Amino acid sequence: MSAIAVVDYGMGNLHSVRRALEHVAPGRAIAVTQDPAVIREAERVVFPGQGAIGMCRSALEGYHLIPELERAAAEKPFFGMCLGPQFLMDFSEENGGVEGLGVFAGQVVRFPPEFSEDGVRLKIPHMGWNRVRQAMDHPLWQGIEQDAWFYFVHSYYLRPSGRESIAGTTEYGFQFTAALAHANVFAVQFHPEKSARDGLRLLQNFVAWNPD
Amino acid sequence: MALAKRIIPCLDVDAGRVVKGVNFVDIRDAGDPVEVARRYNQQGADEITFLDITASSDNRETMVHMVEQVAGEVFIPLTVGGGIRSVADVRRMLNAGADKVSINTAAVNDPNLVREAAEHFGNQCIVVAVDAKRGGQADSGTAWEVFTHGGRRKTGIDAVQWARRMAEYGAGEILLTSMDRDGTKSGFDLGLTRAVSDAVPVPVIASGGVGNLDHLVQGIVQGRADAVLAASIFHFGEYTIAEAKNRMAQHGITVRL
Repeated sequence: MSAIAVVDYGMGNLHSVRRALEHVAPGRAIAVTQDPAVIREAERVVFPGQGAIGMCRSALEGYHLIPELERAAAEKPFFGMCLGPQFLMDFSEENGGVEGLGVFAGQVVRFPPEFSEDGVRLKIPHMGWNRVRQAMDHPLWQGIEQDAWFYFVHSYYLRPSGRESIAGTTEYGFQFTAALAHANVFAVQFHPEKSARDGLRLLQNFVAWNPD
Repeated sequence: MALAKRIIPCLDVDAGRVVKGVNFVDIRDAGDPVEVARRYNQQGADEITFLDITASSDNRETMVHMVEQVAGEVFIPLTVGGGIRSVADVRRMLNAGADKVSINTAAVNDPNLVREAAEHFGNQCIVVAVDAKRGGQADSGTAWEVFTHGGRRKTGIDAVQWARRMAEYGAGEILLTSMDRDGTKSGFDLGLTRAVSDAVPVPVIASGGVGNLDHLVQGIVQGRADAVLAASIFHFGEYTIAEAKNRMAQHGITVRL
């Protein structure tokens, strides 16, 4: 049995995620996998992803991973990052509209094509380091300061229907949701595996996390 | 609260070794990419760019191996440029642990490479490097022409229009180098930086000409760049990344401190 399954559906580069997990959890078995059985048996699941959400959905369907992801998100410590949390929402407007897993109620929408802050046009993707304001106490934020810096790359953002699952927010022209948490699921829009010390701490906290 | 402007040290790599001398006082092996990258990470570099200056393709494996080693120890974004000619080249570098690849000459030779690579791997990991020179004989528009092959070959392409086209093709970022200023330490070509930055919807990294910390400030404030790239002022220990960020912060620029 693998301690940690990193879901690999052929989108984006998972080696950085694997390396960061190896760094914070030396000696733990980490499987980068497309195999539903490996995900089923894993103690905890990391769901990363890059690229477009339409291809994400078809790849997950192709590998027959959707039922297994739904089960994992209902049952065991589950960490989504970057495209991961977007696919955990009900719906994304990307690629003409794509249904997600509905773990969190709400939508994924694009940053407006022309928007600015203090008269300067804001670029898309939102790319680089930005601060995350923690919106709830959570074991995964342990040891990470309020307004810590994390590395983001995305053109679409999370818009949950309620505020109760918002674990963190970030500002880019306006305030948006940077982290979501509910029961055994924690998901972040940014890339912890590329966010230096605080990113590694977040992953370390996930590896040690035992939700009730 | 806002997105931080980034400082990106750039390392030239030949056959897996950092060249053009990095000169930190207390570094054991200034040619070791892992050690140099680790040091820049400690200083607060926001990303690191590796430029493979190896002419032959024989050393490609060495570069892949180097990226693997750095990515296993330094957890900030890594960009690799130099000699990327195909989607397969992009894939190898990303699999080795690069977060972005920078494409220059190959994009001019075949602009569709940028589109294909962006479709395969996402815009976020495709950087198009634009080397521009003032004057020249660009076919239309502005005052800067695109050069390839490290600034040796003219293309007749207008740099601002080219940057815009590359963003349309899927470049997630433009790495803009002034070939007039590169190596002069006289500051960025701010007109060029501003023209490209205003023309494209994606982030622009200014490069070429940094000789002191005020140049970095100018690149952001006057050039409207989203990030600044420099090599020699950091490598020779003239300034640390932290000093650069402090100077930027004094000028009201948001930086990750």
